Amino acid sequence: MKQQELTCIGCPLGCTVTVTTNDLPGPDGENILSVTGNTCPRGDSYARKEVTCPTRIVTSTVRVRGGTSPLVNVKTASAIPRDKIFDCMNAIKDVTVTAPVHIGDRILSNVAGTDVDVVAARNIPSAEV
Amino acid sequence: MKNHDLVIIGGGPAGLAAAVSAKDHGIDDIVIIERDKEPGGILNQCIHNGFGLHTFGEELTGPEYADRFICQTAARKITCQLNTMVMDLKAGPDFKTVTAINRKDGIFQIHAKAVILAMGCRERPRGALNIPGTRPAGIFSAGTAQRLVNMEGLMPGREVVILGSGDIGLIMARRMTLEGAHVSVVAELQPYSGGLKRNIVQCLNDFGIPLKLSHTVTDIEGTDRLCAVTIAQAGPDGRPVPGSETRYPCDTLLLSCGLIPENELTRGAGIRIDPVTQGPVVSDSLETSAEGIFACGNVLHVHDLVDYVSLEAAAAGKNAARYIRGGRSAAGGTIAIRPENGVRYTVPAFISPDGTDETVTVRFRVDRIYRNHTIAVYFDNTPVSRRKRPVMAPGEMEQVILDRKKLAASPDLHSVTIRIEAPA
Ligand SMILES: Cc1cc2nc3c(=O)[nH]c(=O)nc-3n(C[C@H](O)[C@H](O)[C@H](O)COP(=O)(O)OP(=O)(O)OC[C@H]3O[C@@H](n4cnc5c(N)ncnc54)[C@H](O)[C@@H]3O)c2cc1C
Ligand code: SF4
Repeated sequence: MKQQELTCIGCPLGCTVTVTTNDLPGPDGENILSVTGNTCPRGDSYARKEVTCPTRIVTSTVRVRGGTSPLVNVKTASAIPRDKIFDCMNAIKDVTVTAPVHIGDRILSNVAGTDVDVVAARNIPSAEV
Repeated sequence: MKNHDLVIIGGGPAGLAAAVSAKDHGIDDIVIIERDKEPGGILNQCIHNGFGLHTFGEELTGPEYADRFICQTAARKITCQLNTMVMDLKAGPDFKTVTAINRKDGIFQIHAKAVILAMGCRERPRGALNIPGTRPAGIFSAGTAQRLVNMEGLMPGREVVILGSGDIGLIMARRMTLEGAHVSVVAELQPYSGGLKRNIVQCLNDFGIPLKLSHTVTDIEGTDRLCAVTIAQAGPDGRPVPGSETRYPCDTLLLSCGLIPENELTRGAGIRIDPVTQGPVVSDSLETSAEGIFACGNVLHVHDLVDYVSLEAAAAGKNAARYIRGGRSAAGGTIAIRPENGVRYTVPAFISPDGTDETVTVRFRVDRIYRNHTIAVYFDNTPVSRRKRPVMAPGEMEQVILDRKKLAASPDLHSVTIRIEAPA
């Protein structure tokens, strides 16, 4: 048996939720025996997701050639598994794009094998020459 | 000399939303003046997601949120004069004089029927923080570091300590970590963090960065470049507890110690400033003590969510439009709003009894964490409403919505009191 303490981020109350799992890998990685400490059901589903497959949207920047700004900020189009964050950062690190860049332009597809694209989150016009 | 109906000072989210709303309420001659090379304000450096959940129902990054409003102003053909800084503002009953400067026109003046202040806020400077030790390079405000990393592509350093756990500090802890730096600790003087729970979990816990509450920096070492800081526990009197010191070798210290509204222009115009918010004192129409000059966004009081900035700014735009179309400012008596017992301030500070909106939204902050307490509202000494809140914290803005009909039903009303009360 293993116990994990999490802070629910569903609302400002920030309940400390305890999740008890057994060591047998279940269909989602681990088997959850109990979830306690949550004040409302949202805390229960949040904790189950955090323990079995936590995901995050990753935001960063990539370099731009010929734009009005040296960088454009980018984001994963949807949340990716938390343990892929650094793989995603490594994949983004060496990318350079050419201006103009528009919000939603695809910067990288299927980043770090997550099936999720990295897209531009800002418009960068071409620099006037 | 130029003439305009409405001049908006600042092209951040507040200025943009105010312009859109004024236009939609019938004002065509509007100019936004922005000192930066592009509109969007501080949002341009906030590349993380989480903006606009309330307004758009999706999690946008700062620049995407700004772009929604930039598109709305462009669609309405509202002029935004960039690279132009407002240097002086003079109040007056018939017109206000705005003095601005830019490279092309030099110094010029505009006469405006109404002005909206939307200059935002800036970070509390380090000099105001009284940290002992030397003054080497490597000490940045968290917002400056945010700008360097996210807009210039420059890393301030590799071994980082952060003082202050406001949202910008937390966000920068994650950002520096993702860019390959090592953040050894975030120290917070208060016994609680001023940042959102979500940021504690996703910016610190995700990366195993420790948060030390009731801790402060007691020493800074380094001659040219910072080489270490010492952090100690702060006792109940705020003084360091002897023996609790830990020394952290580092090359960078980020300070995230709060924001102050940027009100030099406001003070120069002789407008009354609230000593608690450091922003102008406003009525329920967001009008300052100078008639026809309105305020919204972080220049009025520091907001944690940009969604509320946009809502407040829309109200300011609407009220400025009404004023320009000939509605005089509230004459005669006013109803004061009194913050008491745990309520630090309220915006607005008073209500004009002859206002026309159906409701009055009063925003405020509490002075510490309250669990299971009640927000109680009194008309003079008569209790009129009670709302129980499971938790209230200084970092999260609270609000009370007053019904204009109820206010009108008490013609002799002098004051509305808002208090935090313990469970019975
Ligand atoms: C460093 C920092 C980081 C932040 N991070 C977050 C975050 O992560 N999430 C969040 O929800 N909120 C964040 N905030 C709060 C956020 O700033 C507000 O929600 C929102 O941007 C406030 O909008 P505003 O238009 O009032 O101010 P700003 O966005 O600050 O815009 C004010 C504008 O006025 C211009 N201006 C000022 N003075 C003059 C002058 N004299 N002449 C011409 N132009 C002038 C400035 O250049 C600026 O563009 C942050 C604030 C700061 C300071
Ligand atoms: S469990 Fe419910 S009440 Fe507790 S923090 Fe999560 S959402 Fe809020």
